[in-house]
Amino acid sequence: MICQVGFAGLEVEPRGSMDAVRAPEIFGSTITAPTIEQTTESEQELDIPWQVVVHNDPVNLMTYVTMVFQRVFGYPREKAERHMLEVHHNGRSILWSGVRERAELYVQQLHGYLLLATLEKVS
Amino acid sequence: MDICRRKDGLEISELDPFLAELLRQIPASTSIENSVEARDRIFSAPADLAEKELCKEWKTYVQPELQRLFRSATETVSADLEQLNGDEKPFANKTLFIPTKHADAWLNALNQARLSITARNGFTERDLSDNDRSPIGSRRDLSLFQVNFYGFVQEFILRELMECQENSSA
Repeated sequence: MICQVGFAGLEVEPRGSMDAVRAPEIFGSTITAPTIEQTTESEQELDIPWQVVVHNDPVNLMTYVTMVFQRVFGYPREKAERHMLEVHHNGRSILWSGVRERAELYVQQLHGYLLLATLEKVS
Repeated sequence: MDICRRKDGLEISELDPFLAELLRQIPASTSIENSVEARDRIFSAPADLAEKELCKEWKTYVQPELQRLFRSATETVSADLEQLNGDEKPFANKTLFIPTKHADAWLNALNQARLSITARNGFTERDLSDNDRSPIGSRRDLSLFQVNFYGFVQEFILRELMECQENSSA
């Protein structure tokens, strides 16, 4: 999860995590700026696609897994079943790849359905 | 035990006291107290543990939301299970009605229970698919039966949901 915070009037050192924030000078005095923790990531890092992987587990029912794939990704039944069978036979299936934020949302939804799902950087 | 589709839900009737008691045990079985294995399975890691920052943030921001979701599902199921606490004769067969609008909560709570019991007992894929297993002779056998019985109920709820979905899209 990337949380980028920006405030007008505050100068932020470009790049790097936990950037220092300098307060603006107002009427000749320097106001002590609140400490704002910033996490920024380089454009290169943000561009790396992530994939949503679902792993096999012996408990979740095949029909249930298919239904979850249909609901979460909006896949038609045949495609959802194909992924479910891939999980069942190969131990894992890549369900989606793209930007990290959306991938995280998908994994959160899948965990809500109690599936074993992880995020991975596309190698 | 009979399962029939009724208007707006599923009715499980002729539930003998043993199966009724297993259903009553669903909320308690979702517990992850005192079991690292169950906790780790219910709140599984979102990524390889090498992604330390991501895993840490997940624990802080996402897990509490998941916890709320799971608790809410268990509470819905607990309320429905009150139907089994009627004051008929103690060994009389029971009837349980599961409203279609509670189907998701039931699937979730049953899944929590199945995953938690499996993790606590360390059941393997082989244990779970051993259909020729001998009758219940130990606490472990009972737990395995419980997992399979809950799976059976899940299948019926899923079938109900799928049909509702197909009817609404037709």
